[in-house]
Amino acid sequence: MSDPKPEKRQSWEEGGPERLYVLTSGRSTPSDPAPLDMVTLIVTRNGPGSSMQPEQAGILRICDYPLSVAEISAYLHLPVSVVTVLLADLLGSGHVEARAPIPATSLPDVELLEAVMHGLQNL
Amino acid sequence: MDCKISEPIVGPRSEDILPASVSTAVKVVIVGGFGVGKTTLVGSVSEIRPLTTEETMTQAGVGVDDTAGVERKTETTVAMDFGRISLSEELVLYLFGTPGQQRFWFLWNGLFEGALGAVVLIDTRRLEDSFDVMGRLEERGVPFIVAINAFPDAPHYAVPELRKAMDLPESVRIIDCDARDRASSRDALLTLMRYLYSLNTTTTEPQ
Repeated sequence: MSDPKPEKRQSWEEGGPERLYVLTSGRSTPSDPAPLDMVTLIVTRNGPGSSMQPEQAGILRICDYPLSVAEISAYLHLPVSVVTVLLADLLGSGHVEARAPIPATSLPDVELLEAVMHGLQNL
Repeated sequence: MDCKISEPIVGPRSEDILPASVSTAVKVVIVGGFGVGKTTLVGSVSEIRPLTTEETMTQAGVGVDDTAGVERKTETTVAMDFGRISLSEELVLYLFGTPGQQRFWFLWNGLFEGALGAVVLIDTRRLEDSFDVMGRLEERGVPFIVAINAFPDAPHYAVPELRKAMDLPESVRIIDCDARDRASSRDALLTLMRYLYSLNTTTTEPQ
């Protein structure tokens, strides 16, 4: 229960755009057009291979149980835009499964809202 | 080429792990100016310590408003705090706090897509900060409610007065809120949900 450690901030600073460019092989958008939302839940299906990028192996390690794209971004100290590129590869290779959020419609349906309200009332 | 891994990747603590059965995630966005209490609100209802995700703001987004000192930077890292509430074994709600100023609107792409709605958090000492935000939400078709964060040293106005001062129609719900208080923050979220529910049904909203 402490504030983010200063040294972690520092490591982000050290990262810089070059590192992010290397991580994604220069891609700024995922190769797979399947959209990943910040709250798409990711679950590991297969463990990392020996030749895998450390960041991708790290994702597989922390996603034993469902984690949102935003949480993965926070734990990896990488921007969401970079994480979605890494995840697209892992989805393509079947290493992870994505549980997509409710699709963006004009209004959420009543049953979903009732479930949210019920959950909030029980807090 | 510098691509070293500076530290091992640490995942969630055991108590922060979601059940494997969780299948659906929804999100709500808390919008407001600096220091208005977004992270406080997220933290008071979140079951996890708020996490931070960062995006890099490029030069194009800088200097649009009058925050002194930012203009000289060519690149700024913008942090967005978020929290999480497990609502059932299948359903989880994420809360994102995002700054309302126009130069941060680039963060909104992807953030509001699929969001249930937004809570605009307001400090009565700086009502004008919220005008652009609410206009922008309307443009994007994002349903929202307004929560007045009760700062001890801020003047207290009755809701009708605030409604008049902000020129908001009756259809926009305004509530008082204490972002530090878990129940009060939860009630703000419930108010948003009831509002969404009312938009979606012709029947009376649940109590």
